[in-house]
Amino acid sequence: MILDYFKIALSNLTRRKLRSWLTVIGIFIGIMAVVGLISLSQGMENALLEEFRKLGTDRIIITPGGAAFGPLGGSLSATKFTEDDYGVVKKIRGVQQSASVLAESAYLTFGKENKQQLVWGFPTNSESLEFFKTESMFDIGEGRFLRSSDKYKTMIGWGIANDFFDKEIKVGNTMYINGIPFQVIGIHDKMGGIASSDNVIRIPKDTAREIFMKPEEITAMFIKVREGFEIDDVVDTAKRKLRKFRNVKAGEEDFTIQTSEQTIRAFEAVLGVVQAVLVGLAMISLLVGGIGIMNTMYTSVVERTKEIGIMKSVGARNSAIMLIFLIESGLLGMVGGSIGVLLGLGIGKAAEFAAFQYGIESLKAYTGLPLILGALLFSFIVGAMAGTLPARQAAKLNPVDALRK
Amino acid sequence: MANQNVIRLKNVWKIYTMGEVQVPALRGLNLEIKRGEFVAVMGPSGSGKSTAMNMVGCLDIPTKGSIFLDGKDISHLSESDLAQIRGKKIGFIFQQFNLIQTLSALENVMLPMTFQGMENEKKRTRAEDLLKMVDLGERIHHKPNELSGGQQQRVAIARSLANDPEVVLADEPTGNLDSKTENVIMEFLKKLHSDKCKTIIMVTHDEGVASYAERVEYLKDGIVVNSKKGSRYKKNSIKCLPKKTKK
Repeated sequence: MILDYFKIALSNLTRRKLRSWLTVIGIFIGIMAVVGLISLSQGMENALLEEFRKLGTDRIIITPGGAAFGPLGGSLSATKFTEDDYGVVKKIRGVQQSASVLAESAYLTFGKENKQQLVWGFPTNSESLEFFKTESMFDIGEGRFLRSSDKYKTMIGWGIANDFFDKEIKVGNTMYINGIPFQVIGIHDKMGGIASSDNVIRIPKDTAREIFMKPEEITAMFIKVREGFEIDDVVDTAKRKLRKFRNVKAGEEDFTIQTSEQTIRAFEAVLGVVQAVLVGLAMISLLVGGIGIMNTMYTSVVERTKEIGIMKSVGARNSAIMLIFLIESGLLGMVGGSIGVLLGLGIGKAAEFAAFQYGIESLKAYTGLPLILGALLFSFIVGAMAGTLPARQAAKLNPVDALRK
Repeated sequence: MANQNVIRLKNVWKIYTMGEVQVPALRGLNLEIKRGEFVAVMGPSGSGKSTAMNMVGCLDIPTKGSIFLDGKDISHLSESDLAQIRGKKIGFIFQQFNLIQTLSALENVMLPMTFQGMENEKKRTRAEDLLKMVDLGERIHHKPNELSGGQQQRVAIARSLANDPEVVLADEPTGNLDSKTENVIMEFLKKLHSDKCKTIIMVTHDEGVASYAERVEYLKDGIVVNSKKGSRYKKNSIKCLPKKTKK
């Protein structure tokens, strides 16, 4: 029986093709936006998670100042760390390897070009070198890693070498940092990705102290937690010890301890808000689409009053009339939804391709089944809901009056 | 006896409210229709015959009074329940044919069976048989606008029989047709009465058309004012006479 109602509903929709399509457009724009945005932001989230997983989840970063994203936050804050702070942290049980770094903004000169960029002073003692060499983000593509005897040498990211200056930088070239010549001894592999370090410039920390005239200050500390130790325990200990050393009360810390987990969560929170705002905007367009369906269905009820009377006179119960109209509006919603899902996924893929062209290889638009089915179901519900009032009006028509039309 | 009267209207009033004025269309109408009868209802416009027709067809409920269908009072049922009953017990033939334009002849005839929840195979076979009966076996897939007026009315006749109802209600069935087609349609109605033993109630303006009926009731100002026998009435076939035997 329900199949027959589908047939009747379908024949009504195809009878007024243009109007049906126009109504469908209202829905598919909304669904397209929702699907496109969700697939992209989900893809972005996945890419970020992957990046952080690459960095390892047993890492802790400690920076001076209140909560801020990444080690850069520290360089902007008023409070400073010194090597003494690092000395406290370094000795905590559960710390397998650690390093402290100094970062400063500096003028780079290569050829005739002059540009500003953050320069990282990296420790070149054997323990720190050991630490950094285990990290995939420090893989060397050409040349070699810094070693402890190096002084005015630099190791640069793939992006600095290839995209930063008009001229490509090769191993052996000389680049000026704050006017001082540095020999490029190593270029990293291309990382790609969002949290990538393609634009990093590294010099020995002692050299950095000298040229930036910062004999004691450090920008961040990196810790690798020893296997068998809970990362949260190590974080707690570090927090307590630093608090004592710096003489601050609990809750008033002038430093920030970040773990990959925390950073992931922070990113997820931000992405979640962005996602909610975008989807909210898309929902407004869906609402407009739903009103379009309602409008079409009301018109349809008026046009088909006589037909409703006929169906009632041959024995259609109110529920049958209601169902026919609901199926009709639901179908409008679902056809719109299907087209919207296809186009939305298309947009996601297009953005993925565009991102790839810009070197962000880890952004893959998410195309999971829950998203597709969810969008289809949702569009059907929007359609059916928009059809409810018109369908009720149709069902309640008095057959005598309806037949007179 | 209950099984004698298929429909009985007892002191039925229908009052329409138009703004502040109350207009009574029926003023205590009494009408009994026996099983297997062929009754014509005549009257000038405004006599209440259309309203009476709606009551008999369970399309509307009275303001006052009772309507019995098969001995059961239906005057207090909801519209939705009425729909179910009329779908099963009453077949309609309208002046404007009232076929659904988007559906083929076959689908139109199947529609009343759909609303009774009949299964597909059965519906289809029955609809095909009915269309053959009205000599439209070749045109079952045509849409109404591809058929002539007479053909459309024959589809409507086939549709009225879809659920094998007790009563066929014909509201000016030949009002939109020329006299030659009128004869064809009236012959079919006669056949429904004499061969299929259906109770037929027909509203008409036309004395000539009314004369086919066994009994003609004249309505004026919402009550029956006269009643006589139809001049052209031909008796039922024997098989219909003693008691209802279906087909």
